[in-house]
Amino acid sequence: MKATGTKVIIETLIEQGCDTVFGYPGGAVLNIYDELYKNSSRIRHIISAHEQGAAHAADAYARVTGKAGVVIATSGPGATNLVTGIANAYLDSSPLIAITGNVALPLLGKDSFQEVDITGITMPITKHNYIVKDVNELADVIREAFMIAQSGRPGPVLIDVPKDVQTAVCEFESKKVQKNSRQCSVTDKQIEQVARLILEAERPYIYCGGGVVISQAGEEIAKLAEKIDSPIGFSMMGLSAVSADNPYWLGMTGMHGRYASTKANSEADLIIAAGVRFSDRATGNKSRYTQNAKVIHIDIDPAEIDKNISAYFGLIGDIKSVLTLLLAKLEKQTHTQWMDKIQQMRIQEGIHFVKDGVMHPKDIIEKVMEYTNADTVVATDVGQHQMWVAQYYKFKKPRTYLTSGGLGTMGFGMGAAIGGCFASGCKKTVLFTGDGSFGMNLNEMATAVTNNLPLVIIIFNNGVLGMVRQWQNTFYDQRYSQTTLNRKTDFVKIAEAFGATGYRVMDIKMLKEALDEAFKAQGPVVIDCSISKDEKVLPMIPPGGSIDNIITR
Amino acid sequence: MKKGQFILSVLVSNHAGVLTRISGLFSRRNFNIDSLNVAVTEDPSFSRMTIIARGDEAVQEQIEKQLAKLHDVKKIELLRPEKTVLREHLLLKIKVTKKTRGEIVESVNIFRGRVVDFNLDSLTVEVTGESDKLDAFIKFVSQFGILEMCRAGALAVKRGTMADDTDYE
Repeated sequence: MKATGTKVIIETLIEQGCDTVFGYPGGAVLNIYDELYKNSSRIRHIISAHEQGAAHAADAYARVTGKAGVVIATSGPGATNLVTGIANAYLDSSPLIAITGNVALPLLGKDSFQEVDITGITMPITKHNYIVKDVNELADVIREAFMIAQSGRPGPVLIDVPKDVQTAVCEFESKKVQKNSRQCSVTDKQIEQVARLILEAERPYIYCGGGVVISQAGEEIAKLAEKIDSPIGFSMMGLSAVSADNPYWLGMTGMHGRYASTKANSEADLIIAAGVRFSDRATGNKSRYTQNAKVIHIDIDPAEIDKNISAYFGLIGDIKSVLTLLLAKLEKQTHTQWMDKIQQMRIQEGIHFVKDGVMHPKDIIEKVMEYTNADTVVATDVGQHQMWVAQYYKFKKPRTYLTSGGLGTMGFGMGAAIGGCFASGCKKTVLFTGDGSFGMNLNEMATAVTNNLPLVIIIFNNGVLGMVRQWQNTFYDQRYSQTTLNRKTDFVKIAEAFGATGYRVMDIKMLKEALDEAFKAQGPVVIDCSISKDEKVLPMIPPGGSIDNIITR
Repeated sequence: MKKGQFILSVLVSNHAGVLTRISGLFSRRNFNIDSLNVAVTEDPSFSRMTIIARGDEAVQEQIEKQLAKLHDVKKIELLRPEKTVLREHLLLKIKVTKKTRGEIVESVNIFRGRVVDFNLDSLTVEVTGESDKLDAFIKFVSQFGILEMCRAGALAVKRGTMADDTDYE
C-alpha cells in the first residue's frame, strides 16, 4: 500500500510489537502526532512534562517489559532534552528507541529554526543512530533499529526523520518480525576448562550483573550457586536477578556494597562474573581486586572481556545459554569451610550496623516492604537513598528494580516510576527518591496525576545533597560547599498543587499511617520522610580503595 | 613502524557519518590514532580505512573489539607489518637556490621521488614509501629549508597468499 513517512513510522512500530510510546509534540513531529491521533486505538501515547521524563519513562518501560521502549520528541530542544535519557539507557544497556523529527531536507545544515545535529550529538551514547533522508528506507531503518536495540547487549538507537521525509509517500508492506536468537559461540572445550577451574576452586564467588537480568538467567545463577555451594554477590544492576530470599544471596558488592558481599568478593579464589562490566564503583582498586582470585567472565559483549579486569577465562555468549552448558558439566560440590566463613561475615555485617537517628533510612525501606509484594516495581533516584535501597530492599523478581546505575542520573526516578508503572499494567509502584533528586524532575508529578498512576513516592528528606555531603564530610574536612539546600519547598503542598496527596512524616508510626493511606489510594501519593542530614551510607570503600580501607562506622 | 604501532584495515559501510563514528570512538575511548586513511573500495557500498594506532596489546585488543561493535564496521583485519605492503605519500615544497638545486634533485632521485613542480626559488617533490623512508628523506632535505609539507596517512594491503601462513582475522 501507499503510505506517508509518518504512516510508515506508526505501522512499523505496531508491527514491531510497540503498544505504548512516550513523548512530547512539537513543530517537526506534528505529522507524527497527527498519525498518532488517527491511530490512538492501536497505539497509546503518554505525554510527559519534559522530554527527559519521557526518555526515562521509555527506558524504564523497556527495563520492566524486556522489549524496546519508544520515545518521540521534536527537533532541536526536544531532541537535546532526550540526551540525558539516551545516555542513561546506553550506560545501563537498555533497549530504547528514540524517534526525533528534524527540519526538512533543504533546511538541514542552515541553522534553521529548532535544528540541531542530533545524530552527531548522540553518536557516542547510542548503539547506532540514523538520519533517514529517503522515505523508501524508513521502514527498514526502523526494523533494523529495533533489531540493534534488542539484540546482543541491548542499547539505545536514535532515528532522526526530517519533516519532508515524514510527508513523502512510498510503498509500504508490513513484514514479519525477526526473532532474536540467543547468541553463544562457546565451545565444549571451553566449558570443560571452566568446569575444571570451578572444581579446583575452594572459595568461589558468583558475581551477578545486569546482564543476568537481561538474559533472564537468574534461575541458572541460583542453580549454579546451589550446585557449587557458592555465595552470590551482585552489582547494583544485577540486584533483582536472584531473589533476596535465596540462601546464597549476599547482596550488592562494591563501594557501598553490603559488608559480607564485598568481603567475600575480596577473599574468593575464583570469581564467576556474569553480565558485569567491573565498574570502578564495584571493584575499587583493580589490582587488589584480583589479587587473590581468578576471574571467569561471562558476557555477550566481547569488548567487556579484559576491558576493566583481565579475565583468567572469558566466555562470550548469552548468559543463560552459557550457564546451561556449564551446569550440565558440573558436579555437586560443597565448600563447608568457605560457607562457614561467609556466615561469620554475615554476623559481622549485623554488628557493624548502628543507628542513631529517629528514623533510619533502613527502617523506612523495611516498613515499605511490608506493603509491597514480589511483583511491585521499585524505582529509585540517585544518591544516598539509592544506595540504601540497593543495600536493604529485598528484591524478589527480575525486572522489578529501576535504577540509574552507570550514568547515575539524578532526576531519573520520576520518569522511571511512570514508565515502570505503565509497564506493570498500572499496578502500585514505589519510587524512593531524595529531596535533591526529586527536585530535579518533579514536574513529572503532572504526568502521574493526569494518568492517575498509583505511585507511592517516598522522599528521603534530609535538606542536603546527602551523598556529596558525605564525601565532603569524609574527604573534604566538612567543607559543605553548596550541599546544604535548606530550601523552603513544601513537598506536601507541591503534591497537592499537582493534584496528588502528600504526607509529611517524622517517625515510623507516622510513616505507617501514611503508607496505610498511600497503598489504598488510587492516584500518586508523596510521603516526605524527614531523616538526619548526617546519616551516612555505610559501609563505604573510598574510591580506588579496597576491603582493607573499608569504613564501617 | 614505530614501537607500539599497529595497522588495522577496516572495511566500513560507505555512507555519511561513518568517519565521524570511527574517529569519535577513538577519541572518546582515549585511544591513540597516528594516521587514518579512508576511500571507497572497488565496491562503492564500502570504504576501506587504514588506521595506524598505538598502544600495548590490551589497548590493541580493545580497539579491535570496540570497532567491531559499530554497526557500520563490516570487517577488521590486524595487519602484520612484515606481511603487509605499506605506503605513505609525501608532497614537499623545498627552498632552492642555483647552488643547492643539483643536490636536491639528486636526493629526490635516490629516494625514487619525482619533481612535480619546478620554480626558481622552490621545488615541489613527491615521494612514496614506508614511513621510515619518508622520515629519512625529510630529515635530509630539511637542511635546504622546507617551505611546506603534506603527508598522507598510510595505505596498507596484506601481501598475497605466498606470504601468508596464518590467518589474522
